[in-house]
Amino acid sequence: MSRYVARRLLQMIPVFIGSTFLIFFMVYALGDPVAALFGDKAPDPATAARIRQDLYLDQPLWKQYLHYMGQVFAGNFGTAFNGQPVTELMGSAFPVTLRLTIVAIVFEVVIGIALGVLSGLRRGRPVDTTVLLLTLVVVSVPTFVSGYVLQYLIGVKWRLASPSVSPEATFGELLLPGVVLALTSLAYVTRLTRTSLAENARADYLRTALAKGLPRHRIVLRHLLRNSLIPVVTFIGADIGALMGGAIVTERIFNIRGVGFQLYQGILRQNSPTVVGFVTILVIVFLLANLLVDLLYAVLDPRIRYA
Amino acid sequence: MPDNKTPQAGPAGVAGTGPSTAAGLADASNASVASAAEVIAEAGKPESREKARSLGQDAWRELRRNWIFWVSGVLLVLLILMAAWPSLFTDVDPRHADLRNHYLGGPQWSHFFQEDWFGYNVQGQSVYARTVYGARASIIVGVCVTIAVTVLGGIIGMIAGYFGGWVDTVLSRLTDVFFGIPLLLGGLVLLQAFTNRTVWTVTFALTAFGWMQIARVMRGAVITQKQADFVTAARALGAGTNRILFRHILPNVLGPVIVVATIALGGYIATEATLSYLGIGLKDPTVSWGVDISAAQKDVRDGPHALMMPASFLSLTVLAFILLGDAVRDALDPKLR
Repeated sequence: MSRYVARRLLQMIPVFIGSTFLIFFMVYALGDPVAALFGDKAPDPATAARIRQDLYLDQPLWKQYLHYMGQVFAGNFGTAFNGQPVTELMGSAFPVTLRLTIVAIVFEVVIGIALGVLSGLRRGRPVDTTVLLLTLVVVSVPTFVSGYVLQYLIGVKWRLASPSVSPEATFGELLLPGVVLALTSLAYVTRLTRTSLAENARADYLRTALAKGLPRHRIVLRHLLRNSLIPVVTFIGADIGALMGGAIVTERIFNIRGVGFQLYQGILRQNSPTVVGFVTILVIVFLLANLLVDLLYAVLDPRIRYA
Repeated sequence: MPDNKTPQAGPAGVAGTGPSTAAGLADASNASVASAAEVIAEAGKPESREKARSLGQDAWRELRRNWIFWVSGVLLVLLILMAAWPSLFTDVDPRHADLRNHYLGGPQWSHFFQEDWFGYNVQGQSVYARTVYGARASIIVGVCVTIAVTVLGGIIGMIAGYFGGWVDTVLSRLTDVFFGIPLLLGGLVLLQAFTNRTVWTVTFALTAFGWMQIARVMRGAVITQKQADFVTAARALGAGTNRILFRHILPNVLGPVIVVATIALGGYIATEATLSYLGIGLKDPTVSWGVDISAAQKDVRDGPHALMMPASFLSLTVLAFILLGDAVRDALDPKLR
């Protein structure tokens, strides 16, 4: 097991380098951070050259990258263009997005799996058809549409929740944005659980369990559900990274000062250190989430053993 | 459900009938070879004509009986007509603006297909005309990204799966590298570098960060197929790598790839609209649902119709493609029958 983890961690290194270099290349080579500093005005060549030298931008790209990564491992993510250290921005943004992601994941797991089990056990019945149609509608409405509609209905018209989130972003305030963020994935979790249940319902071990005379709840929970959850766990694990980075739209609608907000501002204003720094952290989160999923496999499926 | 399998036998059922049908399967997309195999099978066993149908024909028979396929198909034909010849649906210029009378004018639901059917937006432009003309950008981006992603991801996945070894290691790590950056985020950063963004730049950006899923599906399918007996047989007959890959393996792995691509198509359309909504996709002179939704969001409380109409059409398009993908999967995957 520990050897497997060590091997996986080693395999992550090239992927981490590749992903961060890719984003570094797009931000620093395709865009021009120094020109972005001056907005619409053309910079004075001497000043631009001085800034380039100060920011280590007069070196070839691979040297810039190595320099940047060296700084990152020393805990220095550089300074945003407004003079704030990027680590400070991260310190304020990541806890907020983490809370939002937790709310979203909880909704996904609880409601998604419950609906999936409900429709998977009643295949072809009205409940199943209703749930399936609902998931289809939810999947096809883009987040920015469902976000506005829910914000308008729940936040403005019925006044059940606050339409925008304060800088503190407590769990209570994040409930509505959490639902909006989770909606699409929730529908996928439901469909995945349903399909997986339906496939496993024909398995021999289930017939055996039935023949042994086990009570129904035990068959469903211990035999059917545990085996059916493997693809669902994979999906949710991969979704953690996507949710943290994909909260751009949700955070914009509800005015949440999280990772998505900072990233969006960074991209819009070509604030290179912010973008590269935040994406670097997101890549690490994504890789670790995937590793966690693979390790969870062994817990869920006793047939899988990592030597 | 073995009892369900026999009448509509998929590949699993057909493979057992002999080498001629296996060849017919291998070239499922090539109609002439498939029908030749059918003739051979017919000559051998006249009563077993049913069994010798290729996967493509089989899938088509299955599709024809599926009402979901017809609903989504009719919707998509309408939307594609809208994208190709918008003047069929409206003779109003979507860029014609009249602020004096039409600032946020409400919809007139009884005025079918007329200028004020869906009301007017902030600029006094007909929301109906803009919704009709907006279909083009979304459908072009969706279809082009899907084609590009299928070709690029398909080739990478096929090479990785077929050759294995270090080629596979390198290509799989490359896939992982791109997977580390979410589609929306990568698209945002890449598009920010372009000042003049058109439908084609958006297509390029979405392709650059969208090909990985197809590559993984393709790689997995090729690895399963390359050990099949018909591949060994083809190699024994002296077929070259290209012939094995494109004539024998490709037709057999197309099924899952088509399914993933069709379902993803809707997602690309939604992502294009999201990029436009965030102000980093298409820009104003281009008429697009995302641009219109983005422009209407400021006045959502005074004129919700300006946001809801393009949003409904966008959702309907995505829904139609997802439904089509679902129907195609049911038809192509014999396990579910």
